[in-house]
Amino acid sequence: MKTMKEQFTISIYTENTIGILHRITTIFTRRHINIESITASESEVPDIHRYTIVVCQEDEKVRKVVKQIEKQIDVFKAFYHPNDEVVRQELALYKMPTQAFSNTREVEKIVRKHHARLLAVEPEFTIIEKTGYKTETQALFDELKAYGLLEFVRSGWISISKPMKEFQDYLKEVEEASKNK
Amino acid sequence: MKTVAVEKQDEKQAEQFCSGAHALVKALIHEGVDTIFGYPGGAIMPVYDALYDFEGKIKHHMSRHEQGATHAAQGYARQSGKPGVCLATSGPGATNLITGLADAQLDSTPLVCITGQVPSQMIGTDAFQETDVVSISMAVTKWNVQVTKAEDIPAAIAKAFYIAKSGKPGPVLVDITKDAQFGKCPDTYERCDQVRSYIAKPKIDPLAIEQAAQAIAEAKKPLVLFGHGVLLANAKDEFREFIEKSGMPAAWTILGLSALATDHPQNVGMLGMHGNYAPNKLTNECDLLIAVGMRFDDRVTGDVTRYAKQAKVIHIEIDPAEIDKNVKADIPILGDCREALQRLIPHLQRKDYQDWYATFSALDAEEQEQVIQRDLFPDESAPLSMGEVIRHLSDISKGSAVLVTDVGQHQMVAQRYYRFGEWNSNITSGGLGTMGFALPAAIGAKLAAPHRQVVAVIGDGGFQMTLQELGMIMEAGIAVKILILNNQFLGMVRQWQDMFFEKRYSSVDMSNPDFLMIAKAYGIEGQQVSERADLEKAMHTFLSHPKSYLLEVMVGKEDNIFPMIPSGAAVDEIRLK
Ligand SMILES: Cc1ncc(C[n+]2csc(CCOP(=O)(O)OP(=O)(O)O)c2C)c(N)n1
Repeated sequence: MKTMKEQFTISIYTENTIGILHRITTIFTRRHINIESITASESEVPDIHRYTIVVCQEDEKVRKVVKQIEKQIDVFKAFYHPNDEVVRQELALYKMPTQAFSNTREVEKIVRKHHARLLAVEPEFTIIEKTGYKTETQALFDELKAYGLLEFVRSGWISISKPMKEFQDYLKEVEEASKNK
Repeated sequence: MKTVAVEKQDEKQAEQFCSGAHALVKALIHEGVDTIFGYPGGAIMPVYDALYDFEGKIKHHMSRHEQGATHAAQGYARQSGKPGVCLATSGPGATNLITGLADAQLDSTPLVCITGQVPSQMIGTDAFQETDVVSISMAVTKWNVQVTKAEDIPAAIAKAFYIAKSGKPGPVLVDITKDAQFGKCPDTYERCDQVRSYIAKPKIDPLAIEQAAQAIAEAKKPLVLFGHGVLLANAKDEFREFIEKSGMPAAWTILGLSALATDHPQNVGMLGMHGNYAPNKLTNECDLLIAVGMRFDDRVTGDVTRYAKQAKVIHIEIDPAEIDKNVKADIPILGDCREALQRLIPHLQRKDYQDWYATFSALDAEEQEQVIQRDLFPDESAPLSMGEVIRHLSDISKGSAVLVTDVGQHQMVAQRYYRFGEWNSNITSGGLGTMGFALPAAIGAKLAAPHRQVVAVIGDGGFQMTLQELGMIMEAGIAVKILILNNQFLGMVRQWQDMFFEKRYSSVDMSNPDFLMIAKAYGIEGQQVSERADLEKAMHTFLSHPKSYLLEVMVGKEDNIFPMIPSGAAVDEIRLK
């Protein structure tokens, strides 16, 4: 039996109702599962929202949690995928004193080496943007720290699963099944 | 200036509008509600005012505490099969509903609770009697919603009823701000029969039916476990046919009890912690386990890692989240269990399980000798036992009463020894184990089934949790029978202290009031019995009394309930002493 903890992305499609996020998060809370990151946005279907939640847990526990999420009335469908079944991305922003760039060429070199880009340059500060896995955004963070990093933020990850069935098709299935008496 | 015609039209339109509170009451009437339970207060006053206009149509029973209203509504729902309805005010009124909601959530009972809320512009300001009941109740409701506009009330109520009663039933809560109750809304109502994100009844997979039929055909030692789902799906005839056509033995969970008559020859008894010896032991010996509308609660399975490992498991269940949650199903049948049974029945062939039944009988004989005989027919020198009280209750009521049990030793005894003859006649708090459930739930059950004998069986501890609801009985003259089995202890907890805490009795000894005087204060007659010689006659009086009646029986103080699966033990480690 597989009892190793592993990272999973849970994707949840819901009606856009007040309180649904609370309903979902309590399901994690009561099983003592820490949410590593969470992102919410409108999905490809108008009025239907998509949550992307990343957890590190045993497969079986995640499967049960996903079923309990799907059981919520306003949830259409919930999926979970291990890392090798998704393409994922995170975004990080770094605020540096603009001075750091004029003092030395090092900072610019670092930015280039990491394939990051400058998002905004102001007399006082410069914002750097980097997309990538956590290890990558963290590596840039570690290097910039020495040059007076002022502020740092990393987004939750968003991901798209590799299997080809579209949510639209699931949606049709759920809507059809919801008519069953 | 308006012409006469325009004024007429305005008037007509005005007629088609009503207040949010009126819309709510009318919605209830549209849903076929004629009995509700509740308690008034500031934030729900417009609804109570509207009720005044519909007095002949909806009967409101005022509980003496909102928890009592929820349990009464549960008893009503469990007996009638219709959603129970509760009203409460904001703040403390709303928070008092939580225990009942949790109980209904765990026992899949359809409830529609309506709470008043402070006016919408005051929400979030810590206004007087404001609590965020939507957040508080989220974990204990199937669905909930807050309504802040009058025109949204009818649709919210329609959705609430649909969700409460469809699929796996459960409690829902609709929180309505006071301004929405006062506001104007169109006087129309449309019932809800679909929520697009919610699959109430999964379509049954024909392949699963075939596989199940084959597994049943191949089994030599099958065991059917039946739960609440059979009752909820109204599968009375289907279940009996399923059992009788196949010849398989069937055992019950406490929520499935009375879905098959206790004396049915294929009924092999009760599962779980204080269940019967044979079905528990043989759960770990059968070759096929067929779970029908039950969810493998830990009180049924004991140590789940040592539960029925040798058996193939068929699980008939409407809730996908229950499949593989506690016990892995080899053949899951996802769907309504009535429909599933209907489809399985044509495949069945009666088989002879004589040897298999013989193993049940052998174990039954052991339990009979070591436990049952003594419980039902104690020595003359022994104090009265709970078992013999229930035996008399069962005999004299001919197994035809609705039993509503509280939580503790008396609950286990009542369910073990009452010979249920009629469908859907056992109402108990199973999943949550809520002391104080029985009295108000019995009131609700009696209102739902006025022509049936309804008996609440309660411990001396649990009675004191909700005894204020005697007020409801007094007010409406509800002929509920109240049987208190008084062991002067919080018996079940004392038993655990006896068995697992070296008899260190900590806070279980009860100082009890005079229960008969309390009943009398509410105009309810009663008597106390402490001698064996008086019991039978008292039971006749109790059952034949035309009104509510309280019978208090003084039973052995330190009797323990057996058999027992100690917590953490496997089902086949069940102990007879
Ligand atoms: C509200 C609530 N509080 C505490 C408990 C824990 N509990 C379970 S059984 C029991 C004792 C019940 O005593 P009594 O009502 O006298 O019934 P008996 O077991 O003696 O038949 C207690 C305290 C509970 N189930 N519910």
